[in-house]
Amino acid sequence: MKKAKTLEELKNATWKELPIGTVNPDPANSLKNFTGTWRSGKKPIFKKDTCIHCLFCWVYCPDMAIIVKDGKVLGINYDYCKGCGICEVECPTKPKSIEMVKEEVTLS
Amino acid sequence: MSKIVTLNGNMAIAEAIRQINPDVVAAYPITPSTSIVETVAQYVADGLIDSEFVCPESEHSAMSVCIGAAAAGGRVTTATASQGLALMWEMLYIAAGLRLPIVAAIVNRALSAPINIHGDHSDTMGARDSGWIQIYSENAQEAYDNFIQAFRIAEHPDVRTPVMVTFDGFIISHSLETMKIEDDEAVKKFVGEYSPVYPLLDTDNPITVGPIDFTDFYFEHKVNQLEGIENAPKVIEEVGKEFGKRFGREYGFFEEYRMDDAEVAILLMSSAAGTAKETVDELRAQGKKVGLIKLRVFRPFPARKLAETLSRLKAVAVLDRATSPGAEGAPLFVETRSALFDYPERPKIINYVYGLGGRDITPEHFHQVYRKLEKIASTGKVDQYYGYLNLRE
Ligand code: SF4
Ligand code: SF4
Repeated sequence: MKKAKTLEELKNATWKELPIGTVNPDPANSLKNFTGTWRSGKKPIFKKDTCIHCLFCWVYCPDMAIIVKDGKVLGINYDYCKGCGICEVECPTKPKSIEMVKEEVTLS
Repeated sequence: MSKIVTLNGNMAIAEAIRQINPDVVAAYPITPSTSIVETVAQYVADGLIDSEFVCPESEHSAMSVCIGAAAAGGRVTTATASQGLALMWEMLYIAAGLRLPIVAAIVNRALSAPINIHGDHSDTMGARDSGWIQIYSENAQEAYDNFIQAFRIAEHPDVRTPVMVTFDGFIISHSLETMKIEDDEAVKKFVGEYSPVYPLLDTDNPITVGPIDFTDFYFEHKVNQLEGIENAPKVIEEVGKEFGKRFGREYGFFEEYRMDDAEVAILLMSSAAGTAKETVDELRAQGKKVGLIKLRVFRPFPARKLAETLSRLKAVAVLDRATSPGAEGAPLFVETRSALFDYPERPKIINYVYGLGGRDITPEHFHQVYRKLEKIASTGKVDQYYGYLNLRE
């Protein structure tokens, strides 16, 4: 069993230097990929007063954007929230404990 | 101890699987490969092997299970045919791209439409660019021998590429044949222990397999993949020789049958070689300088070796059991003609498609081809380079 080189070491690697079989030696490297930059138009707002901590939003969120600690939702991690709105749809409380609101992005 | 037994092709493969006892067998039964899977399932149920047997809902899933199990670090095998192989398509490329040494027995069968369950090579010829090594077998003995060697080839550290071992549906898969099954322990010893390079279950060295790869790395990974199959010829040769030393039947890239001093020859693959050899014997008895080349390894294609052998002939007929619609001839022909291009001395070369959907090919058809070749050799002229054998025209 081999120890593969890290992504940093492989940055400008030629085809010969790559580990075979598309092996990516960096576990959890998707943390470096900020999918929150894909959000366009709307973002979820968490309302802690009505939340019953059923964690539906956490289960259904296609990324890792619902921040949970000790079984309780704390808020949204906008670095990874792509703004899909699934959390709002799945939230069972009335009124909803997650609401999608308009988000203006200023391009610099 | 080795023993002489009467088995059909499918049972011969099942025997090899029993002897090798792979970690995982994942397969979905399809005619004419069904009895391989059925027999292996029985072996597992009877406790003869301790392979994890998975019977998923389709061939696509069967290959997906093989990929998962192989990526985890297991020795993995499967069997399928025709539409089943076609349904595995996208997963075949993934198995090759991930450099997973899966071994598959493919019982060659025509592709639909129209539906047909008999043998031709359309299925594996369609998969010829999937990145798998392809080894074709003439009979049950060769299927068994090739299947055992396939693990050594696929798992060799320089290769790490999946291998499909093929043989003709019904003609070989279901016909009984007297053949030799080697001793269990000798086979196990020949195949040896498998040690994966980057197993997913090695939790001390966590990795990701098959991640998304954009314009920055895809090209490099693809060329990196090719290295495996490019390293294969040396290994195929070594393993074939070692098999010969150990069990008395040596294998190379192709078999030359009565090719010494031959002036014309037929090139083909798989079961039709048996009938062709009969015809060669008849013609040789009449003093005709005819020979046969039976190709065993189609991928990697042994272009140089084959061209060297063919270049000294006057005329060659390439017989394909598949078509390549819209191409300049059928697959084996196109590869062979291209291999000859760089040789200043090269034979006239023609192509026949035969046996689609299991259509019979008999000595009379081979006589017909050799007559044509003799005419081409004596006149130096080819009036038609592409045709069909035993087709109502
Ligand atoms: S909007 Fe989508 S990505 Fe963002 S927190 Fe909700 S479910 Fe997750
Ligand atoms: S789905 Fe709604 S109620 Fe349930 S944890 Fe998420 S925000 Fe709270």
